[in-house]
Amino acid sequence: MAKGDPAVSSRGRRAAPRSRRATTGEPELVQLLTPAGERIESATGPDGTEYRVDFTDEEYRGLYRDLVLVRKLDAEATALQRQGELGLWASLLGQEAAQVGSGRALRSQDMAFPTYREHGVLYCRGIDPIMPLGLFRGVDQGGWDPNEFKFNMYTIVIGAQTLHATGYAMGVHMDGRTGTEDGEAVIAYFGDGATSQGDVNEAFVWASVFNAPLVFFCQNNQYAISEPLERQTRVPLYRRAGGFGFPGVRVDGNDVLASYAVTRHALDNARLGQGPSLIEAYTYRMGAHTTSDDPTRYRIASEVEAWQAKDPIARMKAFLDRQQLADEAFFAEVDEQARAEAVHLRERVLNLPDPQPVSMFDHVYPHGSPELDAQRAQFSRYLESFEGSAH
Amino acid sequence: MATETLTMGKALNTGLRRALENDPKVVIMGEDVGKLGGVFRITDGLQKDFGDQRVIDTPLAESGIIGTAVGLAIRGFRPICEIQFDGFVYPAYDQIVSQVAKMHYRSQGKVTIPMVIRIPYGGGIGAVEHHSESPEAYFAHTAGLKVVTCANPQDAYVMIQQAIASDDPIVFLEPKRRYWEKGPVDLDAPLSGAYPLHAARVVRPGTDATVLAYGPMVRTALDAATAAAEDGREVEVVDLRTLSPLDLTAAYESVRRTGRCVVVHEAPGNLGLGSEIAARITEECFYSLESPVLRVTGFDTPYPASRVEEEYLPDLDRVLDAVDRTFGW
Repeated sequence: MAKGDPAVSSRGRRAAPRSRRATTGEPELVQLLTPAGERIESATGPDGTEYRVDFTDEEYRGLYRDLVLVRKLDAEATALQRQGELGLWASLLGQEAAQVGSGRALRSQDMAFPTYREHGVLYCRGIDPIMPLGLFRGVDQGGWDPNEFKFNMYTIVIGAQTLHATGYAMGVHMDGRTGTEDGEAVIAYFGDGATSQGDVNEAFVWASVFNAPLVFFCQNNQYAISEPLERQTRVPLYRRAGGFGFPGVRVDGNDVLASYAVTRHALDNARLGQGPSLIEAYTYRMGAHTTSDDPTRYRIASEVEAWQAKDPIARMKAFLDRQQLADEAFFAEVDEQARAEAVHLRERVLNLPDPQPVSMFDHVYPHGSPELDAQRAQFSRYLESFEGSAH
Repeated sequence: MATETLTMGKALNTGLRRALENDPKVVIMGEDVGKLGGVFRITDGLQKDFGDQRVIDTPLAESGIIGTAVGLAIRGFRPICEIQFDGFVYPAYDQIVSQVAKMHYRSQGKVTIPMVIRIPYGGGIGAVEHHSESPEAYFAHTAGLKVVTCANPQDAYVMIQQAIASDDPIVFLEPKRRYWEKGPVDLDAPLSGAYPLHAARVVRPGTDATVLAYGPMVRTALDAATAAAEDGREVEVVDLRTLSPLDLTAAYESVRRTGRCVVVHEAPGNLGLGSEIAARITEECFYSLESPVLRVTGFDTPYPASRVEEEYLPDLDRVLDAVDRTFGW
């Protein structure tokens, strides 16, 4: 059974059992595609906003392709870690719809601030999936220009990037780039655990009082490593927005259509100058926190199975099938593309060169450092002293 | 009128004004920096003249100030963050050490964070706890940050502008007890020809012993040198100015002549800047030294209640005592 929210109404009745309502079908959850793949024409958010999507057949198939691709590339990265080719991997398994839906909702001028798990968003921004793998292989620590890709470097300190996103969004506003349909918006990704961080709460305050063009996109995957949602909150996370003075909505994070709809709506509100909002994408981390984690120590198999039945890809496939938008040849072709891209990714990961030891001295300061130059030279002489020896 | 007599506080205020005038991407952000002009009035009048989009009163959250400034910097702004007091910087410590300091390195040079973090620091003003601390070692220990501190109005005026113009993230420490001390400031001298930001300077020549000081202790060291001169002992005083990177070129040259060295700072001695400076001077000037490098510092206690801070803080007599001891070896 899915983890329910701690029931607000049970305060003061501490002996009462926690609510165990199934999540799907909850009135507060925006959903446009059921786990069985049935389309829901429109859904109403808590503030009365009507959410719907109007995709072409090709676009529906494109979303399916994205979902399959990001899952396959993610699985390949996990395999690479198991084979010792990556030091660590943070899998997005189970969260594909939240990431593809929100990622595809971004317009080209929008800026994203990811955690370390947004491989699906990165893919949807049109970025080569090899880009973050240097970090996990240990050959770099990011190494890309956020402004070139409109996608900040991964941030590992939990919640720190939400403040960066807020400041960036304040800058958008100060540059006069809000208030029109071609204005810019910013999205900040974080998880349920991060909502306990001071930085996230400070970001909520700042975004609110400065009316920043920002969407807080919380993937509530139910766990912060081992700690369940109940250890972070007594209220549904999306309702926290109200206390900070901006709207919040909970979306079925395993529904790519609804994830797209709510994110597109929130981003467009932001770019038009209507300020920040919070989206809680209700989903489930099907795998471990990272490859270093063992989730069997803290959660039971039946819970995972219950979420398996809400799989984001299976429901999209069922929908395409049911609506006759795709045939077996299409599904086979997508699978083949995913396989080929995974092979290509693997080949390139194996060929990522180790950095030269002395490169550790590079880029500490924008205009160099005589002190570090001296350390580099001294260390180089030390390394050279071994040349010609047995080692 | 090129040269005026200004307090250090007014010199900083004037330097900030120049920076706001010269670069539209410069913004000032912090608690009470707007209408109030900051609790020390260092930003006095700036919001009135440059507007609340350039001089931003922020919510009361230090991590938020630095964290949002990171985002503004990525966007292309040059934020100047005011932390109201030294003891209040710690909520922002993660953002400073893990984000600000490392962004350029992690991005392999593709992102610069041209941020200035202004912190009024040090004791001697009779304040309550958390208002008199000297946190420089925490930041000087962190690669990717630079740390500087001014000791007189002229340097305050020039160094704040140099720090703002720099592409490095810089922790700019302001010796708050010297805010009201006056000195001549050449307001028209161009930045391009100014003395470099990351360079120490001999502020009093001498032949018998070398005293190294920075920030609020430069005045104390100069007073000690004056007193020593009355006893016939010529003490050379070096104002270090830059704490990260340290510039000890002038110090080495001085110690090779004098053979004696005393380092003075308000911060606790244990693992303070003086420890690093003593180690480097020992490495570079070993055969010139007539005695060990001695340190005159705050004690390894929390900053004490203000009625005893005069005993905690290094003063003229403790500096002279240390100079005397270098002659006892």
